[in-house]
Amino acid sequence: MRLIPYPPGIIMGGEIIFKGQNLLQASDEELRHIRGDRISMIFQEPTTSLNPVFNINSQISEALIVHRKIDREAAAEETIKLLKLVGIPDAERRAQDYPHQFSGGMQQRIMIAMALSCNPELLIADEPTTSVDVTVQAQLLELIDNLRSQFGTAVIIITHNLGVVARYVDRVNVMYAGRLVETGPTEVIYGDPKHPYTLGLMASVPRLDLPRDRELHVIEGLPPNLARLPQGCYFNPRCYLATDTCRKETPEMVAVGEEHFTACFRWSEVKK
Amino acid sequence: MGRDDIIVEVQDLYMYFPVLAGLMRRKIADVKAIDGISFFIRRGETLGLVGESGCGKTTTGRCILRLYDLTGGKVFFEGRELTNLSPRELRGFRRNMQLIFQDPYASLDPRMTAGDIIGEPLVVHHLARGREYRERIEECLKLVELEPRMADRYPHEFSGGQRQRIGIARALSARPSFVVCDEPVSALDVSIQTQVISLLMRLRQELNLTYLFIAHDLSVVRHISDRVAVMYLGKIMEITNSDELYDNPLNPYTQALLSAVPIPDPVVDRQRKRILLTGDVPSPVNPPSGCNFHPRCQRAIDSCKEQTPELREIGSDHWVACHRV
Repeated sequence: MRLIPYPPGIIMGGEIIFKGQNLLQASDEELRHIRGDRISMIFQEPTTSLNPVFNINSQISEALIVHRKIDREAAAEETIKLLKLVGIPDAERRAQDYPHQFSGGMQQRIMIAMALSCNPELLIADEPTTSVDVTVQAQLLELIDNLRSQFGTAVIIITHNLGVVARYVDRVNVMYAGRLVETGPTEVIYGDPKHPYTLGLMASVPRLDLPRDRELHVIEGLPPNLARLPQGCYFNPRCYLATDTCRKETPEMVAVGEEHFTACFRWSEVKK
Repeated sequence: MGRDDIIVEVQDLYMYFPVLAGLMRRKIADVKAIDGISFFIRRGETLGLVGESGCGKTTTGRCILRLYDLTGGKVFFEGRELTNLSPRELRGFRRNMQLIFQDPYASLDPRMTAGDIIGEPLVVHHLARGREYRERIEECLKLVELEPRMADRYPHEFSGGQRQRIGIARALSARPSFVVCDEPVSALDVSIQTQVISLLMRLRQELNLTYLFIAHDLSVVRHISDRVAVMYLGKIMEITNSDELYDNPLNPYTQALLSAVPIPDPVVDRQRKRILLTGDVPSPVNPPSGCNFHPRCQRAIDSCKEQTPELREIGSDHWVACHRV
């Protein structure tokens, strides 16, 4: 989304390709047309992302008026349609309400409605359900999933919840300390992980379907300080397989199966 | 089972908070945070308390510790009724009952060293001074797998997981027999959560502690608890042992809650039956009539709207509040 403030954030290199266009070379003007229109984002905390001094109608209408160039009345009608789509009861009246008049789950629905207002091709959901309860989490994710299949939107879900990933995601990227450590189809990542971090993560969470006395695997130590990263593989100080090679050299991503890649020197020894 | 086995008992507990409004701050309504609950905790066991935000879990923990003046009902600790103790008598009891807080960032005083935080209960209860005081702090740090030399550091020098360990050490320094753990891991990273859960389980074993473990994460609660109580809008919906709760949940709310938790295994999870609740949790200021879950319940019938279901025993150690069971 090119939302990292500069300074202090600097993109040091690489490319972000969206439908053939490198977003890092796009002008501010071009980016304004992409953001909120073709790519949109749902943020973690709806309470802080919504503007408290504008009502819901004007906040959702804003994107429609800017991107779709429609007038205020048409935008208000569209807003009500969107609120109905995301399951807000009594949408006509509620559109006039302010954010604080909604519950956390309802606020997140409003965020979803706002993100979907211009039919984006890509929706980025950053921890969309961390601030809501489990039954509401289930409602919201089900909603995003239905909208995805209905409109053919591509979705990136950013989450630390392994259950959410297992339930809703087709392909997974596992990140550690700023690097991608493993990527592959969901079933493969869960069924046959080939990175010690992925494996450790899976074994460290309690699961409702497994015996209660199952021993949880503890990944010792702390995630590293990003300003003082260890040499070699960033995971090596916490890894049970680490060797001298891991402490000196940085592992590259290698193919270990169909669409399945891992960045580990000793991936062949990683077994569930 | 004799009465001696019970360390904490709660009888018909009510906790209402007034809603004030207007110039005269007149009471216009009550937030019914806890609306008549009863349960007990056996010595040495962990009772899990789960439910969604605002259901009264934290308030329950705080009522047991008598951090509030109860609206109604009784709380017993080791056979003594706490509700009618004088503040002075209560202080004596408080040493035996401690609290681990949710947010390790907000619950530690930034101007106190880790050692003084851990030692504060020793000072308050006149338990140790001088060398004894320092030794106990050192002991407590080791107990939670921190190094004794860390006693002189301030909270900001620690990571979230380490801070939570300091919070645990503080709760344990006065050698309590009962600890209320209020969402002790929900503010932590996944890998750190597991470390703290394992620590809490080891300490319970070693120090022969009894826990009331409050959390919204059902997988974590099931893992650590012997029995689990499910709360909804100030009421207990179901209490049973952890295995039974997950193998044979009877209250429709418990069933929905369980099905809302995705299992971190796509093969297993995608075969599960999902119950999707509609709507939000109603406001505790104006809870629904009858069974307070009826507006969201798929199995609700007319009597659910009119009569409040009692918590009744329907099997060995399995209690449910539902007309349809």
